[in-house]
Amino acid sequence: MNPHLLIAIPLAPLIAAVIAGLFGKRIGRAASHTLTIAGVAIACGLSLYVLKQLYSGGVSSFNGPVYTWAVSDGVHIQVGFLIDRLTVLMMSVVTFVSLCVHVYTIGYMSDDPGYTRFFSYISLFTFSMLMLVMANNFMQLFFGWEAVGMVSYLLIGFWYTRPSAIFANLKAFLVNRVGDFGFVIGIAALFSFTHSLSYTTAFAAAPHLAQLQLPVFGGVNALTLICVCLFIGAMGKSAQVPLHVWLPDSMEGPTPISALIHAATMVTAGIFMVARMSPLFEYSSAALSFVLVIGATTAFFMGLLGVINNDIKRVIAYSTLSQLGYMTAALGASAYNAAIFHLMTHAFFKALLFLAAGSVIIGMHHEQDMRKMGGLGKYMPITAVTCWIGGLALVAAPFFSGFYSKDAIIEAIGLSHRWGSTYAYWCVLLGAFVTSLYTFRLLFMTFHGEERFRKVHAAQGHDHGDDAHGAHAGVHEPHESPWVVTVPLIALAIPSLLIGYFTVGKVLYGNYFGNAIKVLPAHNVIGRLAAHYHGPLALALHAFVTAPFWLAVAGFVTAWLFVLKRPDLANAAAVKFAWLKRILDQKYYFDWFNEQVIARFSRGLGLGLWKAGDQSIIDGAIVNGTAATVGWFGGVVRRVQSGYLYSYAFWIVIGLAVLLGWFLVHA
Amino acid sequence: MHDHLLSLLIWLPIAAGIVVLLLGDRNIVAGRWFALAASLVTLALCVPLVHGFSAHTAAMQFVQKAAWIPRLHANYGLGVDGISMPLVVLTAFMTVPVIIAGWQVITKRPAQYFAAFLIMEGLMNGVFSSTDALLFYFFWEAMLIPMFLIIGIWGGPRRVYATIKFFLYTFLGSVFMLAALIYMYLKAGSYSIAAFQALPLTLVEQRWIFAAFLLAFAVKVPMWPVHTWLPDAHVEAPTGGSVILAAIMLKMGGYGFLRFSLPIVPDACRELDGLMITLSLIAIIYIGFVALVQQDMKKLIAYSSIAHMGIVTLGAFLVYAIVASSGTTLDAGMGLDGAMVQMVSHGLISGALFLCVGVLYDRMHSRQIADYGGVVNTMPIFAGFMVLFALANTGLPGTSGFVGEFLVILASFKASFWYSALAALTLILAAAYTLWLVKRVVFGPVANDHVAKLTDLNGREFLILGVLAVAVLLLGVWPEPLLKVMEPSIQHLVSQAAATKIPV
Repeated sequence: MNPHLLIAIPLAPLIAAVIAGLFGKRIGRAASHTLTIAGVAIACGLSLYVLKQLYSGGVSSFNGPVYTWAVSDGVHIQVGFLIDRLTVLMMSVVTFVSLCVHVYTIGYMSDDPGYTRFFSYISLFTFSMLMLVMANNFMQLFFGWEAVGMVSYLLIGFWYTRPSAIFANLKAFLVNRVGDFGFVIGIAALFSFTHSLSYTTAFAAAPHLAQLQLPVFGGVNALTLICVCLFIGAMGKSAQVPLHVWLPDSMEGPTPISALIHAATMVTAGIFMVARMSPLFEYSSAALSFVLVIGATTAFFMGLLGVINNDIKRVIAYSTLSQLGYMTAALGASAYNAAIFHLMTHAFFKALLFLAAGSVIIGMHHEQDMRKMGGLGKYMPITAVTCWIGGLALVAAPFFSGFYSKDAIIEAIGLSHRWGSTYAYWCVLLGAFVTSLYTFRLLFMTFHGEERFRKVHAAQGHDHGDDAHGAHAGVHEPHESPWVVTVPLIALAIPSLLIGYFTVGKVLYGNYFGNAIKVLPAHNVIGRLAAHYHGPLALALHAFVTAPFWLAVAGFVTAWLFVLKRPDLANAAAVKFAWLKRILDQKYYFDWFNEQVIARFSRGLGLGLWKAGDQSIIDGAIVNGTAATVGWFGGVVRRVQSGYLYSYAFWIVIGLAVLLGWFLVHA
Repeated sequence: MHDHLLSLLIWLPIAAGIVVLLLGDRNIVAGRWFALAASLVTLALCVPLVHGFSAHTAAMQFVQKAAWIPRLHANYGLGVDGISMPLVVLTAFMTVPVIIAGWQVITKRPAQYFAAFLIMEGLMNGVFSSTDALLFYFFWEAMLIPMFLIIGIWGGPRRVYATIKFFLYTFLGSVFMLAALIYMYLKAGSYSIAAFQALPLTLVEQRWIFAAFLLAFAVKVPMWPVHTWLPDAHVEAPTGGSVILAAIMLKMGGYGFLRFSLPIVPDACRELDGLMITLSLIAIIYIGFVALVQQDMKKLIAYSSIAHMGIVTLGAFLVYAIVASSGTTLDAGMGLDGAMVQMVSHGLISGALFLCVGVLYDRMHSRQIADYGGVVNTMPIFAGFMVLFALANTGLPGTSGFVGEFLVILASFKASFWYSALAALTLILAAAYTLWLVKRVVFGPVANDHVAKLTDLNGREFLILGVLAVAVLLLGVWPEPLLKVMEPSIQHLVSQAAATKIPV
């Protein structure tokens, strides 16, 4: 494969980002968006071309350096690409969703003063994400890893005058740094054994590392330590419990980036990383069990939070947490390709859901509270239909893309014999009900039933000034969004509907990934599922007799009952299960713990060390105490103190001269 | 010219400083331009220095030697290797923005101000290029005088306390170093640093010499617990003083460890490296928490400097821990590489951050974080720079701040899981204190009328910060040129540090 072509893929969005970022004001809005869209379109086109080459062109994978970043102590640390079928799938998904989001942004951000800055950021993000997935070594992986985090930081705080936004972006960066703390230790550990940062060396060393013990924590397996540390990084980036707390708050950012970064691409970096590292993880069952339990816990318990939320974006955010949990749990069950397959389908339907939510938010003139919506379907039909497609994909309705990926995950975990798999199975199975409940609740509250926005406007006038677009006065008729918004919705709705059906045979049950993903024969749950695979049609028809399907139906009925049929029942339930509601309202007290315990403790510790350590002991007792003693001594011995500093310095110099002279005489 | 290049790098700025002094405040327009020209010429002299430098040898290059005080066998000996050359370039590079930064801001005795910085530049170059210990000591101590004056004359309200603390702290440390140097002179019969490095010393002797060096260098770095002079000095110093203090002066401590402690007393270092690593980790963690609660922007960056220099001392003393735990010197050089890159990078980033604070201080005359908020609304270009340098300070990959930290953390695991885990805490702590500062100062709605009246960067400020931003990014994206220059000297240092000097 031509390396120059590969270099052009990340470089095109980077160049566009730099130009739009530095000269955006000068070249204007239209030039900025044209340029960045062109950059991403080039990256997308080339990625699809590489995909085609690798898949049907008979071209083999590429693994080679681009330039030598540093040579330290004989270790060559290079920037380089590993392009195989796993990589190119990620590249295609990332650039395609990014392209849709770029186009959508023209409409969504049209009246924002930070228009060109926004385009620069999202192109920079695309570059960073591409560097991450294309890496062939841990240094570059870490570069991309942190760079996407930085762009996420800038974008969550895009509306920097909002206190909630700049709180959320700091929180996101710090929580991710906790994950990166583990990640970097994992990299350092791997390096200390292999003396290299390249993937190839690391993968080759895995069976050997699995035999090594490290004398920490009373003796742990070296590979388990490495994998757990790397996974802690993934927990930060892919928002797994307990490092998930930043993702719901990240919804403070503009909706297009919620779709691109905080749903479709960046948050899946952790999933991708673990799948990329499958040759390592496969040799540590302990680490995989850890991954499985964390993922399953996230899948079920974060989904529950989506059920009680009324902010349309936050519901989707909790849904993202839950779906990331599904992917993580799949990784833990050694079903890496199921995780990546779900990552792909989820990227399409979740980006679609977010962009549809954004369309609703524009249609409602920047209202996000679903209690103030209702009955919007007839005002914005394209948005409603595409959103329904996304929703049905999310609940894994047969034939929709999400069905093929999510059902496989549930079944794979059911087949797994790994420690924790029983717990995980119940989590992901019941998760199907929860997913369905919050998804249909969202659809019903938004597009169907009573047009509550009229009542709200009549009752309280206008008080939703929480956006950067200024306040509008009076009652608005909701309206369908312009074509730059609806076209991306349609472009994403098509794969959300179809991509599962057409690719499941190859990506999931075929040998698409080849040796890009490694699964030991004993762990190969997907292989066992593949034995019963008879095409996408049979699979979808079979679904009607399985538990996940009927749990989803139950979710649908419950949502219909509580939202449309008997809304009073919801309130009654909230009163009856007040204790549960409180726990859910408090989001299991994670935020409380972080803010009241960890943050408060850190500030208290800092204050204590500063006041007691630096000021009282070191300065107060030792430094000034010494000075005082010297001063007293000087006062007694010599009563000629002038009090001028130069006089002290003078005497010091004289003393030195005497000392020197003494040495000279004796030498 | 090559024979006298280092002499030129030392004496040209000093001579220029004297000229500026003679021109006086009445001719300050000419004086300023002359000072700027001198600093640029000095920087230009670094071009042949870098160009003519061979990256294939650990030997001293651009060597110059003449008798200085024959009675004492003290020579005027100059030379640079891969460890000192980057620091000379850093000194020449950072002096230029400092001169420009003081352009219209300094109204009190401007001639002396510019002269002081030029003279200091020459003296600092002297520190880094001396191959003779007495000459080194001369420059080392002489440097204090201009810095002392800079804080004392152009400093803030508590400048007298700060200068005395600064002077006594650093002077106290140096006196013991002088005693150690004289002791070794008496044994070696020469002040040549190379002779000291070759001198066999018993463990007891090495311990005493180590302690003397430690006092001198630890104060300069500064290491916990002899760091408390730095926040006070920074707070009182004018912007230019802070920049030089953080960017160059602190590096003299790190340089001292690499040039003196490791090669001259390797056995004592081996014995006491647990102590040094512990002090380094305390600097990273303890100081990280202290930085978190600072109310004064300069103090916060000063504490951040101490924590970042902790990475330097950690990297320097990892050599022994790595040899002890793995039995080989493999990867020991990586810690030293990391320490060196961190020194250069910290010079750029801390300098840039102090310049950023200076930009704000010139407009608002306050360093209190609480007086700011929402600066981005009125100074968007400045905010862009501030956020970039803040992210670099958190060690973001792609900026120079990442390189040194990454190499040191990689190397530290080889020594111990715990060293690497504790050192990696800097990822969280540095992000917390730096980005919280950014949140409170840069982001948010306009906090008050003063912030509302702020004007964005002028051309002069844009130029300085722009050049530093480019340097920070370049070094982050491609550190190899720097590492390549250092490699033979670092390898040589590893072999010196791993050897024993105890006579048998």
